Amino acid sequence: MKNRSLVSIDDFSTEEILRILDLTEEFEREPTSKLLEGKVVATLFFEPSTRTRLSFESAINRLGGKIVGFSDASSSSVTKGETLNDTIRTVTNYCDLIVMRHPSEGSARFASEIATVPVINAGDGANQHPTQTLLDLYSIRKTQGTLNDLNIFLVGDLKYGRTVHSLMMAMSRWNATFNFISPEELKMPDEFKLYLDNLGLKYYEHSDFTDIVSRADIIYMTRVQKERFSDPIEYEKVKNVYVLRNSMLKNTKPNLRILHPLPRVNEIHQDVDSNPKAYYFEQALNGVFTRQAILCSLLGIK
Amino acid sequence: MKVTKQLSVSAIENGTVIDHVPAKNLFKVIQILGLDKIDSQITFGTNLESKKLGRKAIIKISGHFFQDEDINRIALVAPDAKLNIIRDYEVVEKKVVVVPDTITGIAKCMNPKCITNFECVTTRFRVVSKKNVSLKCHYCEKITNQENMQMT
Repeated sequence: MKNRSLVSIDDFSTEEILRILDLTEEFEREPTSKLLEGKVVATLFFEPSTRTRLSFESAINRLGGKIVGFSDASSSSVTKGETLNDTIRTVTNYCDLIVMRHPSEGSARFASEIATVPVINAGDGANQHPTQTLLDLYSIRKTQGTLNDLNIFLVGDLKYGRTVHSLMMAMSRWNATFNFISPEELKMPDEFKLYLDNLGLKYYEHSDFTDIVSRADIIYMTRVQKERFSDPIEYEKVKNVYVLRNSMLKNTKPNLRILHPLPRVNEIHQDVDSNPKAYYFEQALNGVFTRQAILCSLLGIK
Repeated sequence: MKVTKQLSVSAIENGTVIDHVPAKNLFKVIQILGLDKIDSQITFGTNLESKKLGRKAIIKISGHFFQDEDINRIALVAPDAKLNIIRDYEVVEKKVVVVPDTITGIAKCMNPKCITNFECVTTRFRVVSKKNVSLKCHYCEKITNQENMQMT
């Protein structure tokens, strides 16, 4: 995978994804090393994303790499009117790899075509965020022991949630069954359901948490954001329906784990945190190892 | 001897005739094929009556022949266009336009958040449906369908 860019999860074959996950295991066992010594990684965050940036920077620092970059566009030459084209053509001279977050969709693909070093997409608008998907896959495989034939529950904003779309598309490679729990306004878009139909995969839609969660292997929670609703009354009606509480986990399977891309607001009640099935903070830690694996893989070090 | 005053587009000895171009897209076709930049003699007529299209245009390019992949670039603006290849005043071959598998340039991505609408990037699409033409953006991965299609 040397000198390749990671823009969309579909850029990687199933074998390549599994190779990244295996490599992630290695980094989990040995997260600190000098593998990136002498390497400079540019982290270009044209919009703020503290969590993703810190995760990348932690991954790079633990491997002895150096970082150049900016954490939001206001502290970069973008404010002077520089085009993305010029920024990338310049920065590509300063570093061995570019990690980029940008509000425009397709910006990472464009950057990967003009950069002379690999580009990792750390989120391009509502389009793709492949390192999140890979760390989700790693978390699922690690907690379930397999990626095959799992029952995945996706909860919350399934309409605009980039994370759930990418995860769903990725998990469809391993014969997953899906359950979608969301308010009417935020249902899974038809194009994704059509995608599952074409693959012959099963999915079920619900408007509420019910006893059905007793069948779940993974519950993937997302935030229901107020600004997604045209009618504020509709938001008030549903805002507490999609909150996961500890009491709701009573009859769930022992292997069930709860994931969340974070940041969480109130959609997982804090009383869940102490339940051994809560996995979202470990998931965030897995993000560091996954990014180490991706960085070293694209640089041809591992 | 009486000279017939005929102002319609006259016949060409050798070259290409592009017929059944929708009148409103005549200049798009000229632009896409780069006809404004070649030296050949070109005559065209527009707002001609057509049973099929209402108003059609016709373009005659003297001494010029097109590669299929070039001519297929007009599929988005003139899907029903017919080509007559002329040699020695005779039609020696007829061709129709075929929608290609990929489209570079020509169309705009309808996603207002797509990078191609902010930066100077040549658009690229994969044609996901040829009947009711539907294009998937190479950059933002969103679909632009026929109803929302605009040309660059």
